[in-house]
Amino acid sequence: MLGPPIRAEGLRRDYAGTPVLAGVDLLVEAGELVVLLGSNGAGKTTLLRVLATLLRPSGGVLSLFGGDARAARRRIGYVGHESGCYADLTGAENLEFHAALHGVPSSRVSELLEWTGLSSAARRPLRTYSRGMSQRLALARALLHRPDLLLLDEPYSGLDPGAAARLDALLVSLRAAGHTILLTTHDLARVVPLSTRVAILHRGRIAWTQAGAVDPVVVASAYDAVVVA
Amino acid sequence: MIRDAITIVSKDLRIEWRTKESLASFVVLGVLLVVVFTVALDPPPDAAPMLAPSVVWATFVFTGLLGVQRGFVLERENDCLAAVLASPIDPAALYVGKLVANVVLLAVMQALVVPLVAVFLHVDVARALPGLAVVLLLGNVGFAALATLFAAIAVRARAREVMLPVLLLPLLVPVLIGGVKATQAVLHGGLGAAQDALSVLCAFDVVFVVAGVLLFEHVVRD
Repeated sequence: MLGPPIRAEGLRRDYAGTPVLAGVDLLVEAGELVVLLGSNGAGKTTLLRVLATLLRPSGGVLSLFGGDARAARRRIGYVGHESGCYADLTGAENLEFHAALHGVPSSRVSELLEWTGLSSAARRPLRTYSRGMSQRLALARALLHRPDLLLLDEPYSGLDPGAAARLDALLVSLRAAGHTILLTTHDLARVVPLSTRVAILHRGRIAWTQAGAVDPVVVASAYDAVVVA
Repeated sequence: MIRDAITIVSKDLRIEWRTKESLASFVVLGVLLVVVFTVALDPPPDAAPMLAPSVVWATFVFTGLLGVQRGFVLERENDCLAAVLASPIDPAALYVGKLVANVVLLAVMQALVVPLVAVFLHVDVARALPGLAVVLLLGNVGFAALATLFAAIAVRARAREVMLPVLLLPLLVPVLIGGVKATQAVLHGGLGAAQDALSVLCAFDVVFVVAGVLLFEHVVRD
């Protein structure tokens, strides 16, 4: 499959007749780290779920790696608001379960547990994990199959400063390894310096975007102009 | 697809083995219903065996509703279903895995309920055990096929505890009638006497397993 990881043109998604995505145009090239900003209810989560093929678009065009959704799923890792892991399974069992679904050897599980610093907690049930540990396990789950595109929905939510700094380092290392990342956040000061592009989603549309070395001050002004005004 | 379905079955059974949430509700509700039916109907000893099929199937359906619902509630916790659907799994494999896990749990429940009914209603089940096992398995598969599909729909609703019985019970009437008739025939005349009812159960199983496999993707993906 050839083509950019994400090409969306006029992407729409309605809930019970109410448009949540009202014509999103978004192109994400391989190797980018795109930060998607927006107020609550702007449609960020819906957009990520559509891109993760969990929701069907109501209209518009969506191309993932130039192909269809089912084929693209093998190349996408998704982390939502919650961990996506079973509370009554251990960290290792959760990853082994998802490794089996992706047809990934179980050696990858221990590799990722080590990479996320969860090896010592691997045999504990998920329900005993802190929010930061659950978030790292979710990231490990999404990375099991070495996805080309990683979709992260507010990955900093609920993390303490130490865990957030650790996530910064993980994102930098993932980008260095060639992953394309699209993440949503409210914490623009933390993530904008890591990004290659920032986009602001407002009322279901991309209302502002800037590529290159993005200045957080410029983004904050744009956010105020687009969202707050 | 088979490998993915086995992965789903083993995950569900591992969680159930660890938490015993469905099994605990099966045991408590199953015993309670059998006792209540027996006490409420209070049949004379010679008429008691005639009630056994209806008590077995009524207990099976009401108890089964609880267990099947639980299987999807755990998929909704922590948004686990989204993580599974974001993987390249065929939704039909997810359906088959959930279906098989439900059949196993419901079979455990039947293994608890049938001896209880035999004791309370003076039924000699040992004599008819092979035929009874066939009838219970066919009814189990039909119930699980439909309940697994509808539990996936109901779990997204706010009033899911009400939604599942409302959606499911009217459609289960053929399984209930077929199950009661087949059980009655097997207990009194052997498997050969239950041909018509078994045909109903077989047809129901085939229709709803195929429907589940084909429709599940549309049910779990918005």
